[in-house]
Amino acid sequence: MLRFVVRRILQMCLVAFVLSMLIFVWLRSLPGGPVSAILGERQTPARRAALEAALGLDQPLHVQYLRFLERASQGKFGVSTKVLPGEDALQVFLDRLPATVELSLLALFLAIALGIPLGYMAARRHGSAVDTGAVIFSLVGVAVPVFFLAFLLKYFFAVEWNLLPVSGRQTTGLDATRVTGMFVLDGILTREWDASWDAFKHLILPAVALASIPFAVIFRITRASVLDVLDEDYVRTAEAKGLTARVVRGRHVLRNAMLPVVTTIGLQVGGLLAGAVLTESVFSYRGIGDALATAFREKDYAVLQVLILMGAVIFVLVNLLVDIAYALIDPRIRTR
Amino acid sequence: MDDNTGPSRRPTLGDRRKERIDALATAGTVVDEPGKSLLRSAWERLRRDPVFLVGAAITLVFVVLAIISPWIAPWDVTANPLIDKVRPQSNPVPGPEPGHLLGADDRGRDLFSRLLVGSRQTLVVGVFATLLGLLGGITLGALAGAIGGFVDTVVMRIVDVMLSFPALLLAFTIASLAREPSQWTLIIAIATTQVPIFARLLRGSMLAQRSSDHVLAARSLGVRPRAIVFRHMLPNAMGPVIVQATLSLATAIIEAAALSFLGLGNPDQRQPEWGQMLGLAQRYISEAPHLAFYPAGCIIVVALGFTLMGESLREALDPKSRR
Amino acid sequence: MTQATQHSSRPGAGSSEPLLSVRDLRVTFQRQGEEEFHAVDGVSFDVRPGQTVGLVGESGCGKSVTSLAIMGLLPGRGNRVSGSAIFDGEDLLTLSPSAMRDRRGSEIAMIFQDPLSSLNPVISIGRQVTEVMERHQGLSRKQATPKAADLLERVGIPDPKARLLNYPHQLSGGMRQRALIAMALACNPRLLIADEPTTALDVTIQAQILALLKELVVDTGTALVMITHDLGVVAGLCDEVNVLYGGKVVERGGRHGLFRDPRHPYTVGLLNSIPRLDAARGDKLSPVPGSVADNLPWTAACAFAPRCSNAIDPCTAETPQWEGDQVVGFRCFNPMGGTR
Repeated sequence: MLRFVVRRILQMCLVAFVLSMLIFVWLRSLPGGPVSAILGERQTPARRAALEAALGLDQPLHVQYLRFLERASQGKFGVSTKVLPGEDALQVFLDRLPATVELSLLALFLAIALGIPLGYMAARRHGSAVDTGAVIFSLVGVAVPVFFLAFLLKYFFAVEWNLLPVSGRQTTGLDATRVTGMFVLDGILTREWDASWDAFKHLILPAVALASIPFAVIFRITRASVLDVLDEDYVRTAEAKGLTARVVRGRHVLRNAMLPVVTTIGLQVGGLLAGAVLTESVFSYRGIGDALATAFREKDYAVLQVLILMGAVIFVLVNLLVDIAYALIDPRIRTR
Repeated sequence: MDDNTGPSRRPTLGDRRKERIDALATAGTVVDEPGKSLLRSAWERLRRDPVFLVGAAITLVFVVLAIISPWIAPWDVTANPLIDKVRPQSNPVPGPEPGHLLGADDRGRDLFSRLLVGSRQTLVVGVFATLLGLLGGITLGALAGAIGGFVDTVVMRIVDVMLSFPALLLAFTIASLAREPSQWTLIIAIATTQVPIFARLLRGSMLAQRSSDHVLAARSLGVRPRAIVFRHMLPNAMGPVIVQATLSLATAIIEAAALSFLGLGNPDQRQPEWGQMLGLAQRYISEAPHLAFYPAGCIIVVALGFTLMGESLREALDPKSRR
Repeated sequence: MTQATQHSSRPGAGSSEPLLSVRDLRVTFQRQGEEEFHAVDGVSFDVRPGQTVGLVGESGCGKSVTSLAIMGLLPGRGNRVSGSAIFDGEDLLTLSPSAMRDRRGSEIAMIFQDPLSSLNPVISIGRQVTEVMERHQGLSRKQATPKAADLLERVGIPDPKARLLNYPHQLSGGMRQRALIAMALACNPRLLIADEPTTALDVTIQAQILALLKELVVDTGTALVMITHDLGVVAGLCDEVNVLYGGKVVERGGRHGLFRDPRHPYTVGLLNSIPRLDAARGDKLSPVPGSVADNLPWTAACAFAPRCSNAIDPCTAETPQWEGDQVVGFRCFNPMGGTR
C-alpha cells in the first residue's frame, strides 16, 4: 500500500513537470510572447526592454525554462491585467479558491447523491419504464448545455419567481465573519446562521446547474456497471448461498459496481472546473471559474497561467485520492 | 480446373504463396461471418429501435435544413428590416409580427431566418471539428496501436496528458491563444479536444485486434505488416470509432456553444451560429428570454438527435448488450 | 420392458425415498421477437440420499438450466418454468423466493464451473465462507471464522488460517475450486449440485477435485448431482447417469450398466468419442456427427434423428416415448444392442 502511494506521488511529480513544460511552451507561443503576456496593455518599448532583460529572454531556452521553474516555485507568476488589475496572479487564485471549492463540493454531492441511487434503480429494473425514462432523462441532460441550464434556472427561480438570489455569493451589506472563505462553512463555524443560510441560498442554483454534468455521467456509469455486475458469476454464487437480498445487493453487487464509479467521480473534478467557468459567469459567482472566464476572454495570461497550473495540480491530487480509495475497495490493486 | 492442383506437379514457392493467401482469405471469411451477422443483426435492431429512429429523423431534418437554409430563409441574415422598431430603452427586441414569425433580434434582424441559417454554421463547426479530431486521432491511435513498443508509450503518454485535461478547458485555452477569434479557431479548439479520445479508442481496439486470432493467423502466414494494418486491423477497429464520431458531433455543437458564450467563438455576425446567438442573448435575460430559448432549443434538439443516434448505434454494435 | 430392465446393477444401494424428485421439468425461454426455445423439455429424475447422480450431455442440452431451475436461480424475466421438483416433501418450484433463499446454501448447495469468476474478487475468502454460516446458522463472524478455517482444511487447502485473509486472485485455480466447495459444504447441505466443477481446471487438478468430491460425498452422506459433458467424470463418480439430449433425458441407467450396455445411439456416440489408449492402431475415433444446431423439434420427431446413424422412418415422424422406469430406461425407436 505504501509503495503504491509512493509510486503514484512520483507519477504525479512527473505529470506536474510535463505540465510546467507545456505551460512554458504555451507562454512562449503566445501572440507577442511572454512579455506582452505579463505586461498586457501597459506595454511600452522601455518597459518591454526592461522586462526582456529581467526575464533573460536573450538566454538559451533551457536557461529560460529553469528561470521559469524557479519563479514558479516561488509563486511568482506575474500580475493580473484584467481580472483584478494590479493584483498578484497567485493571490487571485488563492482568494477565489474557497468559493469554487464550496460550489464544486455541493455540486458533486448532489450529483453523487442522485446519480448512484438512480443508476442502481434503473439497472435493477433494466428495460422497464423507470429505466428507459431515467436513461432518456440523462441523455437530455447531456444535450442541454450547462450554461443554458444555468440560464434557465436563473431566469425562472431568480428572475421570474424571485425565489432565490440572482447572482453573487452573498447579499450585499451582510456583515459576516470570514474564516475559511467558504461562506456556508464560515457561518456554521462562527454560529452566524443567517449568514450561512444566505450563502447557501446563493449556492443552490449554480450548484444544481453545475451538478448536471457529473450527475449524468455518474448515473450512466452506475447503471452500466450494476448491469455488468448483476451478470457476474459471483452474484449467482451469492444467490446460491441463500444470502439475504440485502447482503447480495450491498456486499456483492454494489461494492463491485462502485469500482468504475469511483474512478469516474475522480475524473469529474476536471469537468467541474470547466463547468464552473460557465456557471460562475452566468451567476456572477466570484470563484475561479469566473476568473478563468474573464481571463480567457480578456487574455489575462498571468492569471490563466496560475489557474491552469493550479487546476492541473488539484486535478492530479484528486486523482491520487481516487486511486487510493480505489485500492481500498479493490484488493487486486492493494495486494499486487 | 487449374493445373496447379494436379497431384503430379511439385508445388513451387509461388504456389505456396498463393495457398497462403487463399488460406488467409478463408480465415478472413471465417472471421467475417460472425462480423457480418453482427452488423446485420445490428441493423435489424436499429430499424425497430425507436431511439435510433428519433435520433436519425432529427439528424436528417437538421442536415437537410442546414443545406437548403440560405434558399428558404425569408430574410437576408444581414438585413435589418425591423431596425426601426428597436428601442434600446423600452423595447430592445421587437416581437413577432406578420412576415417575422419569431420577431427580430436586438439589431432588428429577422430571428427566424437567422435561426435557419444558423443551422448551417452549427453543422459546419460540428462536422469539421469532428473530422479534424478524427483525422488526428486516427493518425495517433493507428500509429500507437500498429507499431506498439516505444512509439506506443510516447504517443499514449501525450494522449493521457491531453485526456487528463478537461475537454472544455482545453478548448477554452486553445481558443484564447488565437489573436483574433474566428470560425476556424473555434473548429480547431474543439477538434483538439476530440483527438485524444479518438486516439485512445482506436489504439484500444487495434491492440485488441493485434492479439486476435485472425490477425495472428495473417501474421503467421507471412502477410506484410502494412497489409495487416490496413486490411485487417483498421476496418475491424472502425465500429467503435463511428459510434464515437456520432457522439462527438453532439459534444462539438455543445462545446461550440460554450465557446461562443464565453466570447471565444466566431464574432462575425454575418455568419449566424446558434452558440453565438445564445451568447449574444444573455444581455436580455429579463426583457427577452426567448432570444436565448430559441437557439438553445435548437442546440438541445440537434445534440439530442446525435446523442440518441450514437447511443443506439453503440448498443446495437455491442455484442454484450444483445440480451 | 424386458430389454430395459436388463441393466441389473441397480444403483444407490440403500435406496429409500428419493431426496429430490424432479418430474416433467420444463424451462422455456421467450425472447422479444424470437421463437420460444424449450431449453428443458420434460426432464424427470430422482436423487436418493447419499446417491451421486450424473446429468450428462453436450453444451446446450439443458443440463445447466435444469440445475439452475431447481435452485431457483434462473434470470427473472423471459423464462417459464413448469413441472415439479419435490425436495423433502416440498415443491422447490412453487416455494416463495424467501423460503427458497432459506433452503439455498443450507439444504441445497451448488458449485459452479469457473472458480475465478464465481468468487467475489473484492471480498476475502474467509468472509465468503463465513457469510454462509452467518446467514443460515446464526453465527457471528467471529464464531464462524474458526469453522471456516476447519472447512478450508477439510477441502485440502494448506495453511487455512492464512488463506482466510487472501483474496481469490491470490489463489491458484484448484485452490479456488476447493474454496468454492468449502462454501457449498459450510452448512452440511443434504444435496449438492456441481455444475461442471472441473471443466475450467488443468487435468491433474481435475482429478484432485473429483477425488475430493468423492471423498466428501462418502464422508458426509450428501447427495450429489454431477453435471458434466465428460463421461470420464461420470465413470469415476456417479451411481446413476442421466444422458440428456435436446432438453430431454434420452437414456438412464446405473453406471456399470450404462457403460457396458448403452442402448441409445447418442450414448453410444458419446462413449465412442472418448479416445482410448487401448484402442488398436488404426482404429478411428467415431465422434457424433453434426451439432445440436441440426436438432429437430421433439414434438413430431426424435431431436437426435438428423445426427443418428441408426435412424429409421418413425424417428422423423413421431416422438419416441420413454421405455423403462425411474431407474433405467431410454427413449429410442431403434435402440442399439437390442439383439443381445
